[in-house]
Amino acid sequence: MAHDISSASAAAPPSLVDAATSESRLARAVLTAVALGFVALFLLLPLTTVFIEAFRKGAGEFLAALADPETFSAIILTLTVAGIAVPLNLAFGVAAAWAIAKFEFKGKAFLTTLIDLPFSVSPVISGLVFVLLFGANSALGPLLQSYGLQILFAVPGLVLATVFVTFPFVARELIPLMQEQGTSDEEAALSLGATGWQTFWHVTLPNIKWGLLYGVLLCNARAMGEFGAVSVVSGHIRGQTNTMPLQVEILYNEYNFVAAFAVAALLALLALVTLVLKTALELRYSDEIAASRRH
Amino acid sequence: MASRSHTRWRFRQPSVIPGFGLALGVTLTWLVLIVLIPISGLFWRSSGLGWSNFIALAFDERTLNALAISFGTATIAAIVNLVFGVVLAWVLVRYRFPGKRVIDAMVDLPFALPTAVAGIALTTLYAPNGWIGSLLDPLGIKIAFTPAGIVVALVFVGLPFVVRTVQPVMEEIDREVEEAAATLGANRFQTITRVLLPGLLPAGLTGFALAFARGVGEYGSVIFIAGNLPYVSEIAPLLIVIRLEEFNYPAATAIAAVMLILSFTMLLVINMIQAWSRRRYGYGS
Repeated sequence: MAHDISSASAAAPPSLVDAATSESRLARAVLTAVALGFVALFLLLPLTTVFIEAFRKGAGEFLAALADPETFSAIILTLTVAGIAVPLNLAFGVAAAWAIAKFEFKGKAFLTTLIDLPFSVSPVISGLVFVLLFGANSALGPLLQSYGLQILFAVPGLVLATVFVTFPFVARELIPLMQEQGTSDEEAALSLGATGWQTFWHVTLPNIKWGLLYGVLLCNARAMGEFGAVSVVSGHIRGQTNTMPLQVEILYNEYNFVAAFAVAALLALLALVTLVLKTALELRYSDEIAASRRH
Repeated sequence: MASRSHTRWRFRQPSVIPGFGLALGVTLTWLVLIVLIPISGLFWRSSGLGWSNFIALAFDERTLNALAISFGTATIAAIVNLVFGVVLAWVLVRYRFPGKRVIDAMVDLPFALPTAVAGIALTTLYAPNGWIGSLLDPLGIKIAFTPAGIVVALVFVGLPFVVRTVQPVMEEIDREVEEAAATLGANRFQTITRVLLPGLLPAGLTGFALAFARGVGEYGSVIFIAGNLPYVSEIAPLLIVIRLEEFNYPAATAIAAVMLILSFTMLLVINMIQAWSRRRYGYGS
């Protein structure tokens, strides 16, 4: 160790340089132990618990719980809602990022703050605003219902609440990325005679595709896992308006723990897949997505 | 003196890039329909209650207790997250150990794991017959179904906010600053407390504020572990749900309006911290 002076200045022994800009061995060990213990206690243990509880009575019970018709319809409903909400926010995110990142206009900072607004609203309130808008004692709800259009306690309400809570995800990934990339690529394409759409499809989209995927990934994880907002607008009609997280709650409150944790395990698996893909994207395409993470 | 031809007010700088109208149009339409109309609807409804009625509903004793519990537990959880989040970020940035990549990726688990799943898992762990609860029970410590349980859930959901705000700033610390401090005779503890931590203050405060804001509104992970006793462990978002289930829309609206005003104030504070840190330290998140 004392001979390895390649990385430090030749004048001082490396151990002294290390001592000057790093903690003592003991302090490092203690800090690492504290950090890892905290992660184990608050992150790993809860995650492990989900899978242990789900398989407590064996794989047979686990599969039987998932095959239950109400649980199955909850899975389908979650996929449906996310399948509608995520593309909507994807389209919005691209449009917002195009306007904000490629142009200079008045009120841009304010617009960016407004887009982030749903992040600072409690999920329960995110659901409540739609109950107030479309509920039985609102102006809009009974009107739409007279045309046979049910918003609350039905799929449209679930989609609206989900779109609200996942509103900023794609936009906030794309805006810093596209700002960093600037407009010179697009200007080159346009000057060579490409139309606006051609420029977008063949120049901008390939530049942002990994960042876009990253945003969609996070948006989807939240859309499928959202609980509070969806809970308020769902009405909890079994087999009809219960998404997977709501089904977890119902099964848990009925003391059907194996079934509750079986559904929870599916959601936890989704979270793990999300984390793995997210990490893979960060490692492989850090330059193409990381504008927002490098700060 | 500025040339007069360029001082004319214009909404947007000229650009050859097409699609501004379409992109901004889509953005504003979607923003207004999904976010602004619903939120203004809530404020419009609460203004319809009348001032004295609103005050009576919003400052009802049970509501005040619920708000105090929400804000109190969120504060404690954010402090815990600030301390351990800074340590965790430091360990992840500076030290090497096996499995570091996995731990780094795991920090985002609370962002990815649905809150209801976290809620039932934490409750199972901390219940008196759970793995952790059964260890603490003989000592007379109860976590689940008490306000301490709420703090545990909020620590879980808030952790990534602190780590992910502080971590990139730590990565950019110039080692020369530490070397300079050491050359000037500071020991390591002095370097950390006098040189490094002050530079991390804005990022730490931002992370704290984000974790706090998230904790105040959190619902899914809390309701399972809290026990939900009125005046003791009933959080404000839960009280909104309870009032809704009683079809007491005015009360639900009033509580929500108070919470929204408080969280928008928080948002403003976060933005001010970031603006201040950009001026003071030349960076911001």
